Amino acid sequence: MLGEGILKGMLETARNFFGSYVSKERLTTVEYPEKRIPAFANARVFPFLVYDGSDSLGGMRCVACQICEKECPPKCIYIEKSKDKKPDYVGKPQFYPARFDIDISVCMSCQICVEVCPFEAIKMDTEFELATDDRFGGLLYDREQLAKSNEYYHSIHPAEANEVDARLAEEKAKVEARAKAAAQAAAAKTAPGSSETPGGGS
Amino acid sequence: MSIAETKPERADGWNRPPVTAPDGDGELLEVSMGPHHPSTHGVFRMDVTLDGERVVRLKPGFGYLHRNHEKIAEGAAYLASMPYTDRLDYFCSLTNNWAYALAVEKLAGQEVPERAQYIRVLLAELTRIQNHASSIGFLAQEMGASGTPLMYAFREREKILDLFESLTGSRMMCNYMRFGGCRVDVSSDWLDATSKVVAALPEFADEFEALLTSNEILMARCQGVGVLKPDLAVNAGVSGPMLRASGVNYDIRKVDHYGIYDRFKFRVPLGDHGDIYDRYMVRVLEMRESIAIVAQAVRDIPAGPIMDAKAKIRGFRPKPGEAYGRIEGPKGELGFYLISDGGPNPYRYRVRPPSLINLTVLEDMCLGHNVADAVLILGSVDIVLGEVDR
Repeated sequence: MLGEGILKGMLETARNFFGSYVSKERLTTVEYPEKRIPAFANARVFPFLVYDGSDSLGGMRCVACQICEKECPPKCIYIEKSKDKKPDYVGKPQFYPARFDIDISVCMSCQICVEVCPFEAIKMDTEFELATDDRFGGLLYDREQLAKSNEYYHSIHPAEANEVDARLAEEKAKVEARAKAAAQAAAAKTAPGSSETPGGGS
Repeated sequence: MSIAETKPERADGWNRPPVTAPDGDGELLEVSMGPHHPSTHGVFRMDVTLDGERVVRLKPGFGYLHRNHEKIAEGAAYLASMPYTDRLDYFCSLTNNWAYALAVEKLAGQEVPERAQYIRVLLAELTRIQNHASSIGFLAQEMGASGTPLMYAFREREKILDLFESLTGSRMMCNYMRFGGCRVDVSSDWLDATSKVVAALPEFADEFEALLTSNEILMARCQGVGVLKPDLAVNAGVSGPMLRASGVNYDIRKVDHYGIYDRFKFRVPLGDHGDIYDRYMVRVLEMRESIAIVAQAVRDIPAGPIMDAKAKIRGFRPKPGEAYGRIEGPKGELGFYLISDGGPNPYRYRVRPPSLINLTVLEDMCLGHNVADAVLILGSVDIVLGEVDR
């Protein structure tokens, strides 16, 4: 019968229309901004710089090694290395970024800076409501705007942040153990006779 | 007297466009469709020469979305091109990732661990499902079914994109695969969510088919329109669902056995007539086969590492040589051709985009049909301009 296929389709549409009142499966939209869909744990928008402690610039993990600047595909990162050094999380003196700019109008959220960073200093944010009326300055983020605390990092990517913290703690423990061993060896060297192995020289 | 009758027909099915106006039959009218035409899927222009309603010549014009992808890639590190491949065919970023990763892995001689292979198959087939669903939705939209099938398709696509986002962090610009594996491991929660989504998909396919397959309007608009003969399809290098709708049994998943596709049981749907309706049907059936592949992959996925142990992310310099990696993308054969001179950047980087090459037969399919059919035929090719223009 001509029109049977159309009627079948209409029936399907009606099923979906009335179904949307009873089944959540069929009504998938939410009324943003009153209602929101929670962000996924892996979600990424733009990068930010992680700092430890309460001092946003002093506690910054970034050591201005400029790897992310080099590896960034659209070259949206600009870094100026500091002249002096400050101690990092294990106490080793390191450079810090005197200037760290990300032009988020150029950034394409690819996460390659995060992957190449050896210091766990740059991570991806989930904040996406970043509209501004200043097209140039408003979208060029400097280090003050980029700096976000480790607690914030924990709040947006909890599993990943815990992993990172564990890795850093392990590294720190290793460095401390090595320093301790070195101190002990130094102490042992100064004490006469104790460095000799039993059985005499070979 | 029609023009199609006056011009000589070549044996290989290649119809030359007529260059002179028909005598005494009225004047020819040249219409420029696009680049800002809603039916052109982006910025694509068709210079259509019309005799009344009938298309007698069609000149495609593209390049409006040219972003210099290949040349940029020659000046950037291998990894830096990975996020750009997402932006080729932005509906199927994961298959683009895979094709590029495959080419680089061939070049560098890297092995991909078992688990990563399964993840790749899983994601590629999910990509195929959502691409076919939305391309059929757009096709119906161009037929005048304003919204309904497209919205149904997008509702299902949304579920798959949610899976992509929870795994890769981004809905469309996934940037997920790496040379020698994948970026993050899939969790068992993610696999559960995937099998739940996949379990609901056959019902969606049924619903979609109830809506469209036996619809008289769709049949009247699609059957016998835009016929692509198999010999012309083969000669023009057409691939993917378009080629299979013309009845040519050629699926790179079956031919090349790239990845681990020989472990999965699936069939390759073929068309008989090579018209728009066959292309629609082939896509629907491919969706069903992809659903089966995803279910098998979720069931069989082994534990293990997801990255080649030797792979490194920085300072990647493959030895001099060349490689061509190709996969069966949702739109057809997607290939990446790379030449390495041993440096950190590829010496030559070339994309073989299925959309562009499938577009080359557009005029042959459109000749003799109405303008409104030309819009449908373009829709049935399933192009994404990001890939056509690169």
